[in-house]
Amino acid sequence: MQKDLNWQEYVITRLIKFSGYSAVIFVVMIFFFLLKEGLPTLSEVPLGDLFATRWYPIESYYGILPLISGSILVTIGAAIIAVPFGVGVAIYLSEIAPRWVRDMLKPLVELLGGLPSVVLGFLGMLILSPALRVILNLPTGLTALTGALLLGGIAIPTIVSISEDALDAVPKSYRDAALALGATRWQTIWKVTLPAARSGVLTAVMLGVGRSIGETMTVMMVTGNAPILANSLTDLLSPVRTMTATIAAEMGEVANGSTHYHVLFFIGLVLFLISLIVNVTASAVVFRQRKKAERVLS
Amino acid sequence: MKKTLVILLPLFFLVSCSSLGTSAADSQEPQTYIENKGSDTIVNLALAWAEKYQIDNPDISISVTGGGSGTGIAALVNGTVDIANASRQIKQKEIDLANEDGIEPMEHIIAGDAIAVVVNPSNPVNELTLQQISDIYSGVYTNWSEVGGDDRPIVRLSRETNSGTHVYFLETVVRLGDEESETLFSTNTLLLPSSEGIISEVRQNPNAIGYDGLGYVPEDLNIIAIAPEEGDVYVLPSVESVNNGTYAIARDLYMYTNGEPTGEIAIYLEWILSAEAQEIVQELGFVPIN
Repeated sequence: MQKDLNWQEYVITRLIKFSGYSAVIFVVMIFFFLLKEGLPTLSEVPLGDLFATRWYPIESYYGILPLISGSILVTIGAAIIAVPFGVGVAIYLSEIAPRWVRDMLKPLVELLGGLPSVVLGFLGMLILSPALRVILNLPTGLTALTGALLLGGIAIPTIVSISEDALDAVPKSYRDAALALGATRWQTIWKVTLPAARSGVLTAVMLGVGRSIGETMTVMMVTGNAPILANSLTDLLSPVRTMTATIAAEMGEVANGSTHYHVLFFIGLVLFLISLIVNVTASAVVFRQRKKAERVLS
Repeated sequence: MKKTLVILLPLFFLVSCSSLGTSAADSQEPQTYIENKGSDTIVNLALAWAEKYQIDNPDISISVTGGGSGTGIAALVNGTVDIANASRQIKQKEIDLANEDGIEPMEHIIAGDAIAVVVNPSNPVNELTLQQISDIYSGVYTNWSEVGGDDRPIVRLSRETNSGTHVYFLETVVRLGDEESETLFSTNTLLLPSSEGIISEVRQNPNAIGYDGLGYVPEDLNIIAIAPEEGDVYVLPSVESVNNGTYAIARDLYMYTNGEPTGEIAIYLEWILSAEAQEIVQELGFVPIN
């Protein structure tokens, strides 16, 4: 019996260990695959041409700057919309709303998160983009802003759900202590509860932003896909082409092993590095702040 | 649930019996195989024809594959296919190569393909020359007033670069058929992934101009009449204007055989030109001949 248990334990321990490592192994394998398919670009396309402003692959113009700027612009736009709104909804649900409102609203918000992005893109194409064109008096409604609004909609459920969990996990004694010291409800939320849940809220924001930078179908349908270099936030009102939409639109027809194929993988590599940088920075910030907090307490 | 099973089971049995019956009958008859390969533009049309023809002639089996016009003609030269599909005419170099191997490519025009240029119904512009369309798409004109319309910005719509229609439009319209030309689409041309995307944007946006295969364009949009040169007659795309060559953005679609076709291949090609087969041409958005 004892031996049997040891054996079972051994297997289970190994299995769990493997699951833990597998996440890392997969990411590393994906990274090496991207390197293998993407790096030949550097020998096939001169760096000056690669970081140029014209993207027209069928005539060998491989400038990826407009694609990078397009992705960044749409993602920043989505974050500006989704972060305040998402965190606001989470604070309302966790701190202010009565129990029954929370129990009704939270599943609804999560349901919104399950909406297929192609459906959202279709709504954007047929309803949001014509409306934006008329309201803002634009040449066309297929703009970065349309994409940012829809991506904000995609990111909000993630942000709400995870930051609400984080706020909920803050011990009740924190709030009681703040209120007992004479803080108003708003002061308690803003100065005590939210900072205490900081790392969870930041994770929520990162996941939400991560979802929007990687989102493909919706942006492909509503941003117009014109490879125009975006310089500032005012370019939100003009069409853009994102990295994800470029890969999705062109990968299907490209000849295996051609320069165009390698450049598309190179774009994938850039996308991978951008999300890596964002994640590492975010966790570094959380880590540093936690250390500072510990120093103050000790 | 159980009830449906009870009903479905005998049905299944019936279906499997009947399919057994036909396959037994099939195996008794000699099969004729026709290999058909080439242009990706034509592949859906060729498949639709093959499916219809095989239903009416169960003893004939037609295999259709794409790969591009060049691939199809190369396969004909190598003698591996019976019919090559091509969206362009065979080049002299390819004919020479074929003759070396004792193969005489013979051309059959099987359908027409026309591209319609469309604008929003509220746009007063009805007529453009090829040069004007080229200048609109390459970014020379940016306002509709420059081509006789309202004072509105021009929003250019195009299919994605991987679409055969995009490449054809680039060569024939933007570059006006000049092979030396390096003119490109303006960078702020919107590249939409589907025909539906172009149609819905043109339908609701008075600034937009777009293009698509004639068969995909609904009647509620304003179709532009096109003149090849300044001073020529402006022509709307239609079955007649495509067939008599007056509409500028149209091309023939071809099938090539080795010499005068014989036997089942000749009968198949004859059927392709029949009214029944040409009806399928229209359904798929191409232009029927005759």
